[in-house]
Amino acid sequence: MAQENSVLIRLEEKANKLRHRIVDTVIWAGSGHLGGALSMIDAVTLLYYDQMNINKDDPYDADRDRFIMSKGHAGIGLITILEDLGFVSEADLRTFNHTGSNCGIHLDGNKVPGVDASTGSLGHGLSIALGYALGATQLKKDYLVYCLLGDGECNEGAIWEAAMAIGHYKPKNLITLIDRNFAQIDGMTEDVMELEPFKDKWEAFGFHTEVIDGHDSAAMKDALERARQGMDKPVCLILETVKGNGVSFAAGDYGWHYGGITDDMAETAHRDLDHYHETRMAQLKEA
Amino acid sequence: MAGLSYTSINQTRMATGEVYCQTLIELAKENPRIVALTADLGKSSKIGEFMKQFPERFYQFGIAEQNMMGAAAGMAKAGLIPFTSSFAIFTACRALDQVHTDICYQNVNVKMIASHAGTSFGQAGTTHHSTEDIAIMRSLANLTVIVPADGIETANAVEAAVEHEGPVYIRINRGYDQQVYETMDYGYEIGRAVTLHEGSDVTIIACGSAVFQALQAARELDAVYQIKARVLDMHTIKPLDKAAVLKAVKDTRRIITAEDHTVIGGLGGAVAEVIAESGMATAFRRLGLQDKFSPIGLHEDLMAHHGIDTNGIVNSVRELMQLDFEEDLDWEDEV
Repeated sequence: MAQENSVLIRLEEKANKLRHRIVDTVIWAGSGHLGGALSMIDAVTLLYYDQMNINKDDPYDADRDRFIMSKGHAGIGLITILEDLGFVSEADLRTFNHTGSNCGIHLDGNKVPGVDASTGSLGHGLSIALGYALGATQLKKDYLVYCLLGDGECNEGAIWEAAMAIGHYKPKNLITLIDRNFAQIDGMTEDVMELEPFKDKWEAFGFHTEVIDGHDSAAMKDALERARQGMDKPVCLILETVKGNGVSFAAGDYGWHYGGITDDMAETAHRDLDHYHETRMAQLKEA
Repeated sequence: MAGLSYTSINQTRMATGEVYCQTLIELAKENPRIVALTADLGKSSKIGEFMKQFPERFYQFGIAEQNMMGAAAGMAKAGLIPFTSSFAIFTACRALDQVHTDICYQNVNVKMIASHAGTSFGQAGTTHHSTEDIAIMRSLANLTVIVPADGIETANAVEAAVEHEGPVYIRINRGYDQQVYETMDYGYEIGRAVTLHEGSDVTIIACGSAVFQALQAARELDAVYQIKARVLDMHTIKPLDKAAVLKAVKDTRRIITAEDHTVIGGLGGAVAEVIAESGMATAFRRLGLQDKFSPIGLHEDLMAHHGIDTNGIVNSVRELMQLDFEEDLDWEDEV
């Protein structure tokens, strides 16, 4: 248990670093998708630093696990991980979204090492992930494919085309995760286009579906490890999260899908994130 | 590479879609990376035979073209060479967002075989005509766009597509094509037009089912009207063989394009761009659908209706021959 806890503490320390880096990058870029980056960052930190097989020396390693971030607008979150891994430089982050930069809002897999699919037009990633998974099986490769969807993205019909095909092919090497932050550009998800009963929908498409706290790394880790041990169905983990998590003025506010922040707001954000981190560390140490 | 040797004899027995499928089967025997995908059109597109030969390399996606295209992109990124088989209208319109972003923007090695193109499934109704796809696909960066003239050229195009690294769109017709080629051995090359008939008065640049008609028209123009028409099979719309167009402009100064497609943005549009940028005055006509949806009907009837059958091309050439060029600066009487 102590060993388990030390992993969780390490992950929280990493996530804390990345959260601050996201705020810095929003400042450098002038604006950014703060809300959706902060909602998913705990899950993606868990994937990259504990669950996925990633070769830090070679982002193109043929045997690496793949991560398809279907909610491509959260590129400002993923890029902080790619920088931390050394795939891109701090200079790249400092010019994020500037004219001529290789790193734009929606990351280009042909320009940014470590990006397994160029996403941004919503509803595409799950199909690409399915293709990767089927391709890996065909080529007798044993890597895994993780696909992260946004919840609002599930308004797109193509998501359900992909879900139907995954229910049909039942690939063992694909795990679907959904950042369920309950918010999209024009409002809360249930006001814009009702998703509930969301879990039932995924189950009806043939998925073993679990609803988990997307900021509870222990619960997510447990679910992912069970998923990898093999289920008789494809796995979908609905990760309930808070958009803009950890930042007082953004948390839970759908208005923080995209925006710019002032230096004062950045200072508040960093202070909030410090406080959030301290609270989480205290909880982990108590456990 | 796979020792393919289709001839006109095979073509009389096989629909163009069957030639495509047999070609792919032959290539797949040599290349384990080739896989076939369809969206409930395995039977119509004739790719179902591939499934019998390679069931483990055949992927059925149901009536869901967008997912098929996205998955094809993922498969290509994993290292496969996916061939998607669907109707042209669904490939270029229904799944366009995935074709644009997942396949062309990511520049992955997906080969899209778009059948029932133009008005070749004319009786199915206008919902199943694909008369804008060349214009749409031609505008996508990284994509090679091929419109074979017949079954034999389809076999060549499919073979060339496997050799070519990157996304390819191959537009073929439903059913049997009129035969243009006797054998596969005529030096097919992506991006290189084939001169099927020499001429010095006018050049007919055609693609797809209009190529046979253009060739027939050239023979009639020569025999009946003593008009010497050059015929170019412009099988590759992108990259267009600009040199062949410019040579035709210099040699004949009169150009007609013919395609089973709208005159906006397709072969005619592509040729017009080259001519306009050349700065050379040219008498020019684009034959095809004149910014209209097609009525329903048999393919041959619709080609006549749209003026891209032999008679229509002959008539248009004769009209074009009436236009004069002058050396003075008075442009009023020029085209």
